[in-house]
Formats: sequence, structure tokens, C-alpha cells
Amino acid sequence: MTAVDQEATAPAPSPPRTRRPSRPGGRIGSVEVLAVLLVLLVVFRSQVAGAISDPRLQTWTTVFVSVLVQATPFLVFGVALSAVIAVFVPRSFWAKALPRHPALAVPVASCAGVVLPGCECGSVPIAGSLIRRGVTPAAALAFLLSAPAVNPIVLVGTAVAFPQNPEMVFARAGASLVVAMAMGWLWLRLGKAEWIRLPHRPELDDGSKWRAFWAACRHDIVHAGGFLALGALAAATINVVVPERWLQRLADQPALSIVALGLLAVLLSICSEADAFVAASLSQFSLTARLAFLVVGPTVDLKLMSMQAGVFGRRFAVRFAPTTFVVGVLVAALVGSWWL
Amino acid sequence: MNRQAQAVVLLLLGGAVLKASISDLYLRYVKEGLRPFLIAAGAVLVVAAVMTLWYDLRQRVAAVAAPEHDEHAAGQHEDDGHGHREPRVGWLLLLPVLGLLLVAPPAMGSFAAGRSGTALGAGQVSDFPPLPAGDPAVVSVLDYASRAVFDAGRSLGGRTVQLTGFVMVGPGGEPYLARMILACCAADARPIKVGLAGDAPTGLAPDTWIQVTGTYTTQSATDAVNGETIPYLTVTDWREVAVPKNQYEA
Repeated sequence: MTAVDQEATAPAPSPPRTRRPSRPGGRIGSVEVLAVLLVLLVVFRSQVAGAISDPRLQTWTTVFVSVLVQATPFLVFGVALSAVIAVFVPRSFWAKALPRHPALAVPVASCAGVVLPGCECGSVPIAGSLIRRGVTPAAALAFLLSAPAVNPIVLVGTAVAFPQNPEMVFARAGASLVVAMAMGWLWLRLGKAEWIRLPHRPELDDGSKWRAFWAACRHDIVHAGGFLALGALAAATINVVVPERWLQRLADQPALSIVALGLLAVLLSICSEADAFVAASLSQFSLTARLAFLVVGPTVDLKLMSMQAGVFGRRFAVRFAPTTFVVGVLVAALVGSWWL
Repeated sequence: MNRQAQAVVLLLLGGAVLKASISDLYLRYVKEGLRPFLIAAGAVLVVAAVMTLWYDLRQRVAAVAAPEHDEHAAGQHEDDGHGHREPRVGWLLLLPVLGLLLVAPPAMGSFAAGRSGTALGAGQVSDFPPLPAGDPAVVSVLDYASRAVFDAGRSLGGRTVQLTGFVMVGPGGEPYLARMILACCAADARPIKVGLAGDAPTGLAPDTWIQVTGTYTTQSATDAVNGETIPYLTVTDWREVAVPKNQYEA
């Protein structure tokens, strides 16, 4: 009860907004729209199914659904962890856990990402929560980039996918860590705090912790999940539209092929736990080009850009994603020419 | 999108994921190992929806009990209090719900297989264990293709083997037996193709599932998509079979 009273009586924390005058009983809410939509869809179910009998559309639907089914557990558990960070872990913990100097916090945060198994869909809301809890953005961003790229599951997957080339595992881990730290330090030099616009979240300061926890879960799943769906729509389209034959021609040009596979990773938006197997199958490409695929994929792709724009704001995403792409391709090319 | 609508979307998504993972529907899209995580995630989604509705209900009961706050609480109900930045993009989460509950698209089949090169590229080991016992020996399409290409059929010897897969038509109209393999989810599905020689089935629609029995042949073809080798099988017998529970080979 106290929590409810508190929220009901507390003055609105956000700047005053023009609130629509409430017309009791007179407005059609989103639940009503949703109900009508669902009834219509159930009624016209066979027409809907018939409309997508074309094999191209069917493949598109299968890819879209499977990307989301695959990502759902990672999204849900990532969001739950981020809600725990946002609600239950006190601010003072982060002040103690991370070095005070931001330039030192970046490598520590990058290495912290290594121990967290998960894929990129989960790490976006976690990074958002870390910034909200006072972690310096540079460190949170380094964590965002390193957590999906170098964790035990991903590295084991890479080792299994490249049985003849165990050096790929080390090259991937090294290059991805370098990218995460470089981006963190770049942010310290060039980043501007006002680029990041975290949405206003009054429910996180709610009196009741469990209420705040579930409110954060609800909001983040709907929010990040919506952007995930948007990215999956794009990835499914690319999957159906771009023929594999085009890749064959690119593979013959060494320098271009590195950039091309980096771009392919962005477009395909494959989960970081699966991308090694896809990279292994692109056997017509050099190991360095495939390393670019593995380094870029977990840090920049269509669904990630969409989610980053949602969680951190558009001004952030349009700067951060292209920069990460360039840094990722350069680091992969350097590490590859040295090591592979 | 207000709080109740979000709760309904979460409930639908959780329900769809639970339904797909408790039935065998999820096997069309992801690997078997993901099942417990899907069930857990679906359960969390349902609980999140129920908790949202529960807190919302309590708040409205409180608003009725304390009428002086009625207007504010009613506004919360309509605009969600902080409705100015509530995620409208969340409506897109209805699409996977519709995809799973209404459409339930099929597993990747001959169309996708025709667009991708056969996935034998990854470096294979060269010493193959002996074939399983039995006559014919039941092997996977991937196993047969690997032995045929990387072992030049040595470990196949003169044995009769039995393969199950779906029919696809090659660029020149020749019949292939194909099976998709998954690394993670259907978005990364890649085909393994085996050409059919001898008493090969003709006139079957693509995506028909068949079981073929036959022996190794040195005949092979080159995949037009990625230039990898497509081995052949001399078919002695074939029959149509029901679609298997798991249409992918691990």
C-alpha cells in the first residue's frame, strides 16, 4: 500500500507536460485496438496463411520467427539481469567495483564482459542499466561491446567451428577486446554525454523494489524486444534478398572482402553464439575476412543498431555504430595480417 | 501503448513461446537444446505480464479507495503516467506472436537450399569411424556427403546406405536429396546436397520427404552457388516418408 500511496501522491517528477484531459469511458485505448486486431486475425487466419504461401515469403517468415525465438531467452534473461542491476544493486557497489579513473575502468569493464555468457540482445539493456547506476559511460560501452563477443560460449563455439584453425579463437578474443577498449577510450576522448539520452524511468525509483523490478522487466522487454523485432525484420529481408552468389565474386578481392564480410555481419545480424559456424561456412573467404565477420558481428548489426537507438537514443546510435564498424574492420585487418 | 496493452503483449509472447516449446513447433526454428531456456523465458514473460496487471489493479483499487487522487490515477491509467515515452515500437512484438500462433511457417526447405551452396566447406577430419551396423546402414545426409567427398568413399566401401531428406531440384533439373543443418537457428540454416543417380525418383514436388537406399558412386557435381563438391548416390530404392520431427541435422 505504501508504494501505491507514494506514487499517487508524489508530484510528477518529469517536467510538466500537456496531459490530455481524461474523458472517462470515452476513449478507445490500446487494449481495445489490440483485441479487435486479434479477433480480425483469428477470423481471417486462413487468408493470412494463404497470402504467404510463396516460398520466398515463407522463408522470410521462417527467418524472422526463428531469429526472435532464438533471441527471446537471451533477451528475457538479459533484461532480468539488467533489472536486478537497476533495482537491487546499490550505486555504491559500482563505485567500489570499478577503478575510479575512467581510463582504467574501461579495460576492467571489458574483461568483466568476458565472464558473462550471453548474446548481444541481452547486453544492450544491461549497459543502459549500468550507466543509469552511475557507471561511467565509457566503461559501460566497453562492457556492451566485449560481453557478447568474448564469452566462454562464443569462444567454445568458435573453436568447434574452426577445428583446423585454433588460432581463430585467440584472434577473435584479442581483436574483440581491443575493439571494446579502443571504443571505450575513444568515447572518453570524443564522446559527449548529451548524445546518450536514457529514457526517463520514474518507476525505477519506486519505493517497492519488487514493483520496480517487474516494471523494469516489463518496460525493457517491450522496448528492447520491439527494436529486436525491427532488426529481425531487416535481417530476414536481407537473408532472402541477397543471393549467396554475389559473395563468391567478392571473395576474390582480398582487401574488399574484409570490408564486405564486415558489412555482411552487420546485415545478417546473426546471434554471436552462432556466427562462428556461419563464418566457417564462408570458406571461399580468407581467414582475415572471416575474422572481420566475427569481430564486427557481435558489436554492430541491424538489430543492435535498432536496440541501441531505442535504449541510448538516436544521436548516440548514429555515431557509435559506424565508428564501431570502422574500428572493428581495422582491428580485424591488423590482427589478421599479423596472426592468421 | 499503455501498461495493460504491454501486459497483454507480454502474455501473448510468453504464451506463444511456451506453446511452441512445449509442442515440437520450436524445432522448426531453433535447436533442441534451447528448449529448457525457451520454457523458462516464456514463463518469465507470463509472470511479468501477470505482475504488471496485478500492480495496475492494486493501483486502481487504491485510486477508488482514495477519491481525492482519482483524477491523477485515472490519468495514469490512460497515459501510463509517463506515457510520453512509452515504447510504441513494442507493438512489433505482436509479429512473432502472430508468426508462431497463426502462421507457424515451415522449416527451411528446398527454396532456401537452392539459394545457398552446399555446406561441406568447413575442414573435416579425414579418419571416419566405421559405418553403423545394419543393412542398409542408416546414416545422415551430412555423414554420407562427408565420407563421399573427404574420404573418397573409402569408409563407405560397397555398403548399402539409407538416407532421409527432402527433394530439391538442381539448376539443370536433376533431383537432389537435401537436408538443412543448423548451427543455432533457422536463420543460419545451410543445406547439404547429395545428387541422386541410378533409380532416382522423378516427378516429385520439391520439399517431398523421401528415404533413399543406395550405394556410393564416384560421380559428383559442383555446386553452382559456392563451387563446393556435391557427391552422388546410386539409388536402388526410394520411398516417400512422413516429415520427421526434427527436420534439421545437427
